[in-house]
Amino acid sequence: MLGQMLKTALLSTAILTTGALVAGASFAQEVVYNRGNDTDPTTLDHHKTSTVAESNLMVDLYEGLVVYDVKAAVVPGTAESWEISDDGLKYTFKLREGAKWSNGDPVKASDFVFAFQRLQDPKTAAPYAKMHYSIVNAEAINKGEKQPSELGVKAVDDRTFEVTLHTATPYFLEMLAHQTGLPLHQASVEQHGDAFVQPGNMISNGAYMLEAFTPNDKITMRKNPNFWDAANVKVDVVNHIPFEDRSACLRRFEANEVLTCSDIPPEQMDYMKANLGDQLRIEPYLGTYYLPVKVKKEKLSDPRVRQAISMVIDREFLAKEIWRETMLPGYSLIPPGINNYGEPVYLEYKDMDILDREDAAKKLLEEAGVKEGQLSVELRYNTSSGHKNTMTAISDMLKNIGISSTIVEMEGTGYFDYMKQDGDFDITRAGWIGDYSDPQNFLFLFETDNLGFNYPRWSNADYDALMQKAEVTADMTERAAILRQAEELFLKEVPAIPIMYYSSKSIVSSKVSGWEDNLLNKHLTRYISIAN
Amino acid sequence: MILYVLRRLASAVPTLFLIVTISFFMIRLAPGGPFDLERPLDPVIMQNLQRAFGLDLPLWQQYLLYLGNLLQGDLGPSFTRRDFTVVDLFRYGLPVSIVIGGLALSIALVVGLVLGALAALRQNSWIDYAVVGTATFGITIPTFVIAPLLSLFFGVMMGWLPAGGWGTWKHAVLPITTLALPQIAIVARLTRGATIEALRSNHVRTARAYGLPAYVVVGAHALRGAVLPVVSYLGPTAAALLTGSVVVETIFGIPGIGRYFVQGALGRDYTLVMGTVVVIACFVIVFNLIVDILYAWLDPRVRYD
Repeated sequence: MLGQMLKTALLSTAILTTGALVAGASFAQEVVYNRGNDTDPTTLDHHKTSTVAESNLMVDLYEGLVVYDVKAAVVPGTAESWEISDDGLKYTFKLREGAKWSNGDPVKASDFVFAFQRLQDPKTAAPYAKMHYSIVNAEAINKGEKQPSELGVKAVDDRTFEVTLHTATPYFLEMLAHQTGLPLHQASVEQHGDAFVQPGNMISNGAYMLEAFTPNDKITMRKNPNFWDAANVKVDVVNHIPFEDRSACLRRFEANEVLTCSDIPPEQMDYMKANLGDQLRIEPYLGTYYLPVKVKKEKLSDPRVRQAISMVIDREFLAKEIWRETMLPGYSLIPPGINNYGEPVYLEYKDMDILDREDAAKKLLEEAGVKEGQLSVELRYNTSSGHKNTMTAISDMLKNIGISSTIVEMEGTGYFDYMKQDGDFDITRAGWIGDYSDPQNFLFLFETDNLGFNYPRWSNADYDALMQKAEVTADMTERAAILRQAEELFLKEVPAIPIMYYSSKSIVSSKVSGWEDNLLNKHLTRYISIAN
Repeated sequence: MILYVLRRLASAVPTLFLIVTISFFMIRLAPGGPFDLERPLDPVIMQNLQRAFGLDLPLWQQYLLYLGNLLQGDLGPSFTRRDFTVVDLFRYGLPVSIVIGGLALSIALVVGLVLGALAALRQNSWIDYAVVGTATFGITIPTFVIAPLLSLFFGVMMGWLPAGGWGTWKHAVLPITTLALPQIAIVARLTRGATIEALRSNHVRTARAYGLPAYVVVGAHALRGAVLPVVSYLGPTAAALLTGSVVVETIFGIPGIGRYFVQGALGRDYTLVMGTVVVIACFVIVFNLIVDILYAWLDPRVRYD
């Protein structure tokens, strides 16, 4: 290893000195897009990914049955059409005739069968296997009780792929657009094993193919000439560059070295507003920032007490002053604008003046028998200046209604585990970013048996019943009405207090077109074009 | 001398063993694990993952496995960068860190020694004041301030050099400068102080009394003694510089190994943290040895027999 490293060291020095000449001379006519990403992926094996940064990479490399369009609506991808049975249990997808892998092989229904089975195989240990538990036998396979071959997926012929669900899942198509729904090239995965993700080994069916991956430097992808829609792909080479330091991305954007940044340095908000114009994009995002309240603690068990706490939180102040408008004030668990929902449901005091809200809150506390100065709560957060300032501000707001508080900081890695393990907290903070655009993906957090996310340990039989009813309601309007009832109930009890919605924050050069703002913040490189 | 080197190398083995053992158990004491994300995983999936990475075994068994692999040069798979083994990550990153750190070190050594010696020879002149003043200034400004400023000025405002990234020699200029500047300042100050002292010492006075030319007195007699504190400072510094700087690598987007310790520790990437510890420990041991050998060579009074 030492000898090899010495060689690499010499090589790097050589590259350093000659690189400038090479870079200057060739690739002049190619369209290169340097694209800032949040961070490097854990892996390029999409079954083992979970983050947004990873999703940005996977949707460039692979194309699922359905894909997000420029506005993040779900449209036909590798499947050109599909039929859904009347009971909503059987989906039959017709694959595109021209769909090919980057090595020229046709994309076959069996590639999807292979990928879907592998996702549930316990040996794969996919963190998001649960996404497709609605498929027949998926959960049992993932638990090791059944064989992957028993999964409810079938290649009827090379171009017909059939999925059978055990329960109607009205948002199934939305979920198929997630990276867990992407196919895999069976032959190369079987040949290379875990190494199928390496450049040179990976065979993908999306608009791009993997050329190089240097950790902490960049992931280079080249346009896939075999992609069925290659004629409409404008960018030849995309470099996904990880930026843990957001201000580094801003500097490189200003030096014209990157064209887009996936996030911004919020402390430089004023500067960016003054200098970037409409290249700075802050848009609503599919995520909610909320405060779980441990409802089984006696002092917090009365919904009136929780509601009073919720009432005095000045969300506009938090969003504007603490988060510098990188968050939006929130009055519901489900971010407005989500698919399959219709009119949003809000906390009823959304439009009330904050002073009136304080009076109403005091009255609620009085009704609950809490005297001024009697209640003291602990506000706990995971290390981050934003969370810290949020909790400090909330602590001040609570003082206005005679609730005193202490603030406790915890390091990130242990924090979520602590909440998950039913830690002894009063009030914490948490955030949820939706995996798919459907209200179920937010409401399920607080189902009684969802111990992984139901940090408050709230249990409400009516709520659980509504959620179960919605699962089996095929009519989307009716289903939306049931889910709205569930959220109303949730907002009446506030076991977790929604205070803000997340926003997507990007910097997009005016040279870039095809980057349209959307709630999911999905911007596939295949839609991007770059002006000279 | 050779016997001494061999003995020192042999004593490095138990040292490394102790370091590996202590850090192996220390990182496990930290709460949470590599798969505890903001979104907790399903227990089933968690079990699958733990099994896939051997984390379901008793700790002592994991420790023995790790030691066994380590002896074969295998630092294990990375938990947070699963497409790479820890050895892979160092193979990509270490050369980059060594190039940047090595060049910064060389520059710091040459420039620092020259400036320091000049200041000492012209003590209390304007050169002396300029060097001492700049050096004091250079030491007080931290790299996380210098780095963005350099990037902003030369990259964004002037456009002379890339604001960040890696690939050509141009990309290396600003990071090397950032790393070298504070080291130049420290080396210059150390050299100045030691040279002034050496110029007053008996053997230099004797050399002068013999009527030797000034360059021989300074070059062969005064500086030889004066570099001793610099050498002992450079031992651990060289180890630190060559294993990368988390600040410089993050700010300039350099794919070295400086970030791995922090990234590994925060992500509970046990194997990556352990790998970094092993690599840094090896560098420190080797450079301390080099310092001791240099000492014996520079100072005839030091003997290791």
